[in-house]
Amino acid sequence: MVTRVLKFNHSGLSDFMIQRATAMILTPYTFLIMGFFLTTSEMDYGKLVEFFFSLPMQVANSLAMLAIVAHAWIGMWTIGTDYLLEAHAGKHANFIRSAYQVVCLGALFIYLVWAFRLVWQF
Amino acid sequence: MLCRSLEVDGSLRGLRQAHNASVSISNIGVKRMKTERPVNLNLLVFRFPLAAIVSITHRITGVILFAGVAFALYAFDLAVASEQGFVAAKALVAHPLGMFVLLGLIATLTFHIVAGLKHLLMDFHVGDTVEAAFYGSIAVIVLTIVITGAVGVTLW
Ligand code: HEM
Repeated sequence: MVTRVLKFNHSGLSDFMIQRATAMILTPYTFLIMGFFLTTSEMDYGKLVEFFFSLPMQVANSLAMLAIVAHAWIGMWTIGTDYLLEAHAGKHANFIRSAYQVVCLGALFIYLVWAFRLVWQF
Repeated sequence: MLCRSLEVDGSLRGLRQAHNASVSISNIGVKRMKTERPVNLNLLVFRFPLAAIVSITHRITGVILFAGVAFALYAFDLAVASEQGFVAAKALVAHPLGMFVLLGLIATLTFHIVAGLKHLLMDFHVGDTVEAAFYGSIAVIVLTIVITGAVGVTLW
């Protein structure tokens, strides 16, 4: 049995929906970014800054980062609860899984702060 | 008469044996449930069909992307910091190792999105038969290679 150590995941169904909703945000966002790099000839510093620090792109980048945090947290949590069980990870599995979850959350928190500082620096 | 009673006795014994056997089987089941529940994730005993390989690769690409966000943030940080930073970021992705990482991440993201969209279609029961999943998996692999190739050629 998976013992829930961190009780963030109140409902599996809402996680499922959030993971799909965030995927539907991240897919057009990826197209947007790829489209910019693919269609901009002679990329230079000015074009890059002008594009990324327009208000709509600042909002889009912030939204995308929030989506990544939610999506990746649910995804990494799912993977942890699939493999970091006593059957696979030994009798300290609960501890290992909690540590793993803390590392994932910590990394995502750093990503979030880093991204928001970058996006809103100008 | 004697013969019949023997017969009845015999069949009863058979029945009891069968019953005992089934009781002990279900006992094993109960014991298993409580002590060591069956685990279906022993990756070493599975034989993987293509759809399963695509599925596990989707998972692996998710983990790579999780780490890849750090690379993307680092490169973006560098590129927008200053004119010199932009030149340094350009040099970073022109370097074979940087190019390998960037192209690898593009391929990873492409696979994750294409396989993810297929996953979403299957959530709506589009293409979720065994046969469709096989061709869908081939489509995921081909699309990933084609899109990554096209993006790579256009960027460099
Ligand atoms: C940087 C961006 C992304 C990261 C770090 C990421 C990471 C992950 C991770 C770790 C998982 C869990 C995998 C599993 O449980 O097997 C996952 C699942 C998923 N991802 Fe992403 N992902 C990203 C972007 C996207 C995008 C753009 C899509 C668009 C289609 C997408 C679609 C999905 C779907 C549908 C699932 C659920 C799979 C399932 O329920 O088994 N992801 N993602």
